[in-house]
Amino acid sequence: MTIRFDNPDRPNSYIGKTVPRPNARKLVEGRGRYVDDIVLPRMVHVAFVRSPLAHARIEGIDAAAATGVKGVLRVFTGADLAAVCTPWVGVLAHLKGLKSPPQNALAVDRACWVGEAVAAVVATSRAAAEEGAALVEVDYDPLPAVTDTMSALDADTPVIHPGLGDNLAFRRLHEEGDVEAAMASAHKVVSARFRTARHTGVTPEPRSILVDWNPAESQLTAWHATQAPHMMQSVLAEHLDIPESRVRVICGDVGGSYGIKVHVYPDEVATAAIAKVMGRPVKFIADRLESFTTDIHARDHEIEAKIAVAKDGKILAIDVDDWTGIGPYSVYPRTSAIEGNQVVNLCGGPYDFANYRARTTVVFQNKTPTCQYRAVGHPIAVAITEGLVDMAAAAIGMDPVEIRRRNMYADDAYPVTSPAKMRFEGLSHHASMDKLLTLMDYDALRADQAEAMKRGKRRGIGIASFIELTNPSPFMYGIGGARISAQDGCTVRMDPDGSVVALSGVTEQGQGTEAMLSQVVAEGVGVTPEKVRVITGDTQVTPYGGGTWASRGAGIGGEAALQAARALRHSILEVAGAMLQADAGSLDIRDGQVVNADTGAARLPLEELGRIVYFRGDTLPKGLPRELVQTRHFITMDYPFAFTNGVQASYIEVDTDTGVVTLLKHWCVEDCGRVINPQLVDEQIRGGIVQGLGGALYEEIHYDTDGQLLNGSMADYLVPMAAEMPDMVIGHVETPTLESDLGAKGAGEAGTAGAPAAVMNAINDALRPLGAQVTEMPFTPERILRALGTITD
Amino acid sequence: MTLAFSDRIDVALVVNGEPVEARVPAGQHLVDFLRLELGLTGAHASCEHGVCGACTVRVDGQAVRGCLMLAAQADGADVWTVEGLTEAGGSADLQAAFVDRNALQCGFCTPGMIVAAEDLLARGGVPARAEIRAHLSGNYCRCTGYEAIVDAVEQVARTRAGKGTA
Repeated sequence: MTIRFDNPDRPNSYIGKTVPRPNARKLVEGRGRYVDDIVLPRMVHVAFVRSPLAHARIEGIDAAAATGVKGVLRVFTGADLAAVCTPWVGVLAHLKGLKSPPQNALAVDRACWVGEAVAAVVATSRAAAEEGAALVEVDYDPLPAVTDTMSALDADTPVIHPGLGDNLAFRRLHEEGDVEAAMASAHKVVSARFRTARHTGVTPEPRSILVDWNPAESQLTAWHATQAPHMMQSVLAEHLDIPESRVRVICGDVGGSYGIKVHVYPDEVATAAIAKVMGRPVKFIADRLESFTTDIHARDHEIEAKIAVAKDGKILAIDVDDWTGIGPYSVYPRTSAIEGNQVVNLCGGPYDFANYRARTTVVFQNKTPTCQYRAVGHPIAVAITEGLVDMAAAAIGMDPVEIRRRNMYADDAYPVTSPAKMRFEGLSHHASMDKLLTLMDYDALRADQAEAMKRGKRRGIGIASFIELTNPSPFMYGIGGARISAQDGCTVRMDPDGSVVALSGVTEQGQGTEAMLSQVVAEGVGVTPEKVRVITGDTQVTPYGGGTWASRGAGIGGEAALQAARALRHSILEVAGAMLQADAGSLDIRDGQVVNADTGAARLPLEELGRIVYFRGDTLPKGLPRELVQTRHFITMDYPFAFTNGVQASYIEVDTDTGVVTLLKHWCVEDCGRVINPQLVDEQIRGGIVQGLGGALYEEIHYDTDGQLLNGSMADYLVPMAAEMPDMVIGHVETPTLESDLGAKGAGEAGTAGAPAAVMNAINDALRPLGAQVTEMPFTPERILRALGTITD
Repeated sequence: MTLAFSDRIDVALVVNGEPVEARVPAGQHLVDFLRLELGLTGAHASCEHGVCGACTVRVDGQAVRGCLMLAAQADGADVWTVEGLTEAGGSADLQAAFVDRNALQCGFCTPGMIVAAEDLLARGGVPARAEIRAHLSGNYCRCTGYEAIVDAVEQVARTRAGKGTA
């Protein structure tokens, strides 16, 4: 029986409605339980000694003074931990040519970035561990540091890992059609150089892990702020030589992830290794400087790009040369080549054009490693594409909306395969654009812009269409050999009181996974969402799954939950049929009651059915199936990824005297397929937009040429705060995926994907009459003033 | 040992309405004292240099950064954390508005945000949205984009001012 999503008045219609998040109240009352809130008997704390140099040989480590600190129990070096923890290599087979050297939990012999852990101090308190760490004497012999991306492959640049031959980690060239010929014959060719700054996630809760090893049970338990508990279970088991079944990863409340907490961090593995050596619980909570120097960075790209257009605005060709520096190691196990690869996959995404060439060059350098961070590659690809499209529009004197309309795939064109060889099942670029223009009242806004100009105010409107990759199949990681699950599972059971428990392999990072699951299961079974208790984040308890990344929770975890819930409903009705001497097909479950499907008349409360099944099973027919617990798993099969689409608009004002950009308002219309919980989706979009606005206006990790990180504090690395952020109008078009009954695609990254490009285009819209243009993010007052020629030195 | 002795200071304060006496390390921050010694884990240590506001607690009626104040400085103070505010019930409407409006996602900033918002609401009246944004601009939230938080605070201000919009 399919769910009639087109009928909002159907029974148990919780999918598509805003229902409260079951875990929100405890968080507003301060009753969350984050890793740092957990205290275990005999627990000790670890602090790390970190390299102050970007590249140096470790000649010796003297821990004598550190071990003299009261409370310090033990100091571990890289060699100590290498004896109990094997190194890893961050490569995937399907990213052809990707190379990276073995990486250890603590640096052995050589440190390769400022912040790399070289020793660990364990003490009875965090304060003592930090005091001890400050007293560990490391004898460093400095080595030349490679910090510039564009010259990393030059002959006179030192090779960071001589064994690898050069500083090239990965390169991919994709070519479709004949770009050169298209460029040669085009009406206009516009080229530009784009730069996206090095960002980091700045999770409010720093990276956190507490690991206990119980030798009597040969069991390792890790309370971990992570997005992927099962992946971590596999990693810890492999590298600490423990059977996977004896590693339990528990992920309770997590204070923000955004992709930062889906990776394997050497200090976290070191914490687990130390727990195994010491046979007692060890806690590691990163401090803020450690967050800046060791959380993954991202988005550090330099791009030369060209677009060729015909007189009528049709895009003839796009040519992209993308470079990125990823630090000294490709991050395990997802690798640091994915972001560049995504840029190649996503450029030109909304548009129907024939000739496409894109190359990404991924190089090693002595900086913090980069890896996947919310909207991986999307903000870069969207900035390149939408920046070029706007420049082309200006070059031929066409309105930016009109040029997009002339190039976006028609809404009835699907399925189609893009020039980047991405397969789109069904998108809605034109419907989304129509809705956006209505929401923002495009013509009125243009009039307001002109009116403002009369008052000397330079305002700009920026549009950015985009695609977003969600619901990944094993084509993302699994085919490359990583033990990262693309499928996900859900177990749903009914307890004697008629309540329902759902155990899911996707995790809650605050985005509302548990609310989403509660309403999907509620509708699937036929109870109210309050009757559903959701349990996530425990590898010993939940079905095997991938966790939370690449906007997969609702689309994949939600479908598994729906199928499990429908199966449970079927089991309940089979029992009810026997009890009521009725055909199970003539019954339904509504609001926790078995009812007649046709009249809705109540027949049997679920708690009564539960009482009979669990306590008076003797009264049921022998042989009657009575499994009030069902598990289903779901994996996408038809498409490697479920692409979504959307379009954003930004309205800004530039103060040409100070270079300050004020965000006046922001709009986003996006299509994530079936919307399960409108409020949660809207707030995902809003939060994502603001993360993108941070990249557009503020966020930039600075290094000097020696590889010293210059702004490792929240006072120096600027993030969006409430005062500067605009109100945002969110709208939706719904094109459900046909791969699942639920029809949901992801929504977690759409906001971040499009916001920077929208702001860039808005600024350039404002500056264009002055002959100025900015393409290097973030768009700081200095960069605006340089573009205006106010600053020239 | 002489040094260690002088590094510890006796304090007597009131936390969430209950008297507390303790001997604290001289360098211990108030937020660490609350979390480690009293088990009040609602206030969170996040940036630990006074920028993010996740550790905001109320000290003698003021919203204070728990990471910028030493426990020793709280001798004689009246300290309220989100746990105490919840039990006392005075913020129940604001907390309910946060839940209704989904003005929190991961929740890590939320206890500090509640204390900071109450600091503004205590002034009475209905602040303009820009005023709410300015007042909360020392409290970092990476999840929500702030708009829902501003909505929740604005709605509670209206309700408390007796101009409730049903």
